[in-house]
Amino acid sequence: MKMTGAEMAVRTLEKNGVSVIFGYPGASNAPFIDKLSFSSIQHCLTRNEQGAAHMASGYSKATGRVGVCTATSGPGATNLITGIATAYMDSVPMVAITGQVSTNLVGKDAFQEVDITGATLPFTKYSYLVKDVSQIQRVIDEAFYIASTGRPGPVLIDIPVDVQLQEYNYPERDVKADARGYKLIGKANESQLRKVAEALKASKKPVILAGGGIVVSDAVEDFRRLIRMTDIPSVHTLMGLGVLPSDSEKNFGMIGSHGAKWANKIFNSSDLVIVMGSRLGDRTIANAQGLEAAQKVIHIDIDPAEIGKNIQPLIPVVGDIKDVIAQLIPLLRGYKADSAWVKEAKDIRSKFTMTAVSDDKGAVNPRYFLEMLSKKIGSECILTTEVGQNQIWCAQHFTVKEPRRFLTSGGFGTMGYGLPAAIGASKAVKDGVAPKLPVIAVAGDGSFQMDLPELGTMCQHGTPVKIIIFKNDRLGMVHELQHNLYKSNYQAVHIDGSPNFNILADAYGVRNGHACKNSEVDAAIDEMMADDKAYILVVEVDPFEPTLEKFDESRKA
Amino acid sequence: MEGNYILSVLVENHAGVLSRVVGLFTRRGYNINSLSVGTTQDESISRITIAVKGDEQIIEQISKQVSKMVEVLKIKVLREDELVCRELALIKVKSTPKTRGEIMEITSIFRSNIVDVSQNTLTIELSGNRKKLNAFLSMVEPYGIEEISRTGVTAIERGTNTLKLDK
Repeated sequence: MKMTGAEMAVRTLEKNGVSVIFGYPGASNAPFIDKLSFSSIQHCLTRNEQGAAHMASGYSKATGRVGVCTATSGPGATNLITGIATAYMDSVPMVAITGQVSTNLVGKDAFQEVDITGATLPFTKYSYLVKDVSQIQRVIDEAFYIASTGRPGPVLIDIPVDVQLQEYNYPERDVKADARGYKLIGKANESQLRKVAEALKASKKPVILAGGGIVVSDAVEDFRRLIRMTDIPSVHTLMGLGVLPSDSEKNFGMIGSHGAKWANKIFNSSDLVIVMGSRLGDRTIANAQGLEAAQKVIHIDIDPAEIGKNIQPLIPVVGDIKDVIAQLIPLLRGYKADSAWVKEAKDIRSKFTMTAVSDDKGAVNPRYFLEMLSKKIGSECILTTEVGQNQIWCAQHFTVKEPRRFLTSGGFGTMGYGLPAAIGASKAVKDGVAPKLPVIAVAGDGSFQMDLPELGTMCQHGTPVKIIIFKNDRLGMVHELQHNLYKSNYQAVHIDGSPNFNILADAYGVRNGHACKNSEVDAAIDEMMADDKAYILVVEVDPFEPTLEKFDESRKA
Repeated sequence: MEGNYILSVLVENHAGVLSRVVGLFTRRGYNINSLSVGTTQDESISRITIAVKGDEQIIEQISKQVSKMVEVLKIKVLREDELVCRELALIKVKSTPKTRGEIMEITSIFRSNIVDVSQNTLTIELSGNRKKLNAFLSMVEPYGIEEISRTGVTAIERGTNTLKLDK
């Protein structure tokens, strides 16, 4: 059957189960956008291509499906970049389809031409420039396969406009994806796992560090079973939030530079650490050399290149976490972590508290706010964060009970991620591919303004988000950094000139509210959650409210 | 332990593969000492030979990162002394009717070839390991070296082992 390259692309996307594409049109992806309109796939028009990539990312994080975005050549493609890099750092499966200038113009600095496969090389799992229309089906099939298997990641497909328009006989039969150099990781080596079991049995104070890989591998239930079975105290990374419910007795909190004091203390008191699906990034492990020297790390990851990258482990295990846990459970039959150690860990935990005080200082305490929000809605929501203080407060004080319900830019730390990611998640909820939950985006007044135009996208596509803006008229995280490290020389952190967010909400026809004191929080949340429509709640917070306890203590003194 | 290693990498013979592999080295902060590329007996496969210096941990990390790339079909890392390593150099040396004979003598001692001659120059083709090339260069230097073009090192494992795709 004769069809154009664009039609073939659309067909192949349908075949791969795509139901929505977030994107922005232009001359170079126009044939694709044209054919998309005749398909079952919805096109969700954004306000900036960066928003499209983040929406695809949020959609993917909420569902585990491959998120798809599209942009035209040149500036459209480069606008996607931040979103692609964000997805790469958090191992999010994504396929980005960009239009390219006509093949005969490639390399001629044509209008809106950029070498996007070259530009995205460092942060795509793979990329294609399709010069031959006959390859479209194979390339797209391969792209989905590569994006979604192993350690997932973004794959970019760049298709010149003339290739989209060329006709070709669409092969009805399945074209076999043929990436022969693509290495899939199977089960873990049994003898390595026996070593893990032996090390565990010899250990007096074991700890498991749960990372985002457990979520990606869809191994959360298996992991919870392992923890119930063995009682090993479990701490987690930022990306591992929700692997165990934050309020579970078995969960000993988030470690890292912005983690809980007790979690770090328990982690450091251990004599054996089993790292599952974490790359041990610098925000998680500040002193990698010290940890390596302690010779207590067992590193389990699907990506062989992560093992030994930051820390040389005692026992390396390469494998998919889901398989590894299934293999490990029979080897640990009858094993229980030493009860004295479990008690010690609990004692350490109980010595600290992170409960927010409800001090009324003429501003809302954001920690208090998040605890209230958590309690009032029973954590029944998909929460996205921006990057900055709001992200840390959420990670510390919002109770996350299930995976895929706390969407944040962990690795790349991208401001402007939260709102579009929430719209992507809301789209997934609307289309019935994510649980029917309200989507809440927590932002600071700085990061909110980074992708603020996407409010239009939210309104256009009926993808409601409850947006909470912590307003302190500052870029709070840098403000705090300048307080701590630059002798309070506050530079370039005051964002005077911001709009009145309530009037802005009115302009978009979005219901909105305002909370200035802790005593107003309860009613404000009720009002926000009263219906399932979009809402913007502006919350005035104290600009000196810290994320680090260090800062906290100095203020109390 | 720090040492000289050779990465022999079989890759898809596609446009852009070399830039991906080299880009990875730059990005991750590894230094390439020498590089050479060519096709293999299977035209769809190219072989990249990369010489790097580093300790075992770094070399292992590099090899894992390279191995992860989709176009990389196979990689083998060996110490320089486990391989036969060769470089090729084309050297244009100044010559006069008086010195030509001497230079030709040196050339024959090194079992290299004269591939071009002019009134004032001799062009010599020489292959061997780095030491041999350097020794030759120091011998002809007094005559005046006009130009040198050297390839990167290419290498093949000693003994019966081979690097090819499993069928």
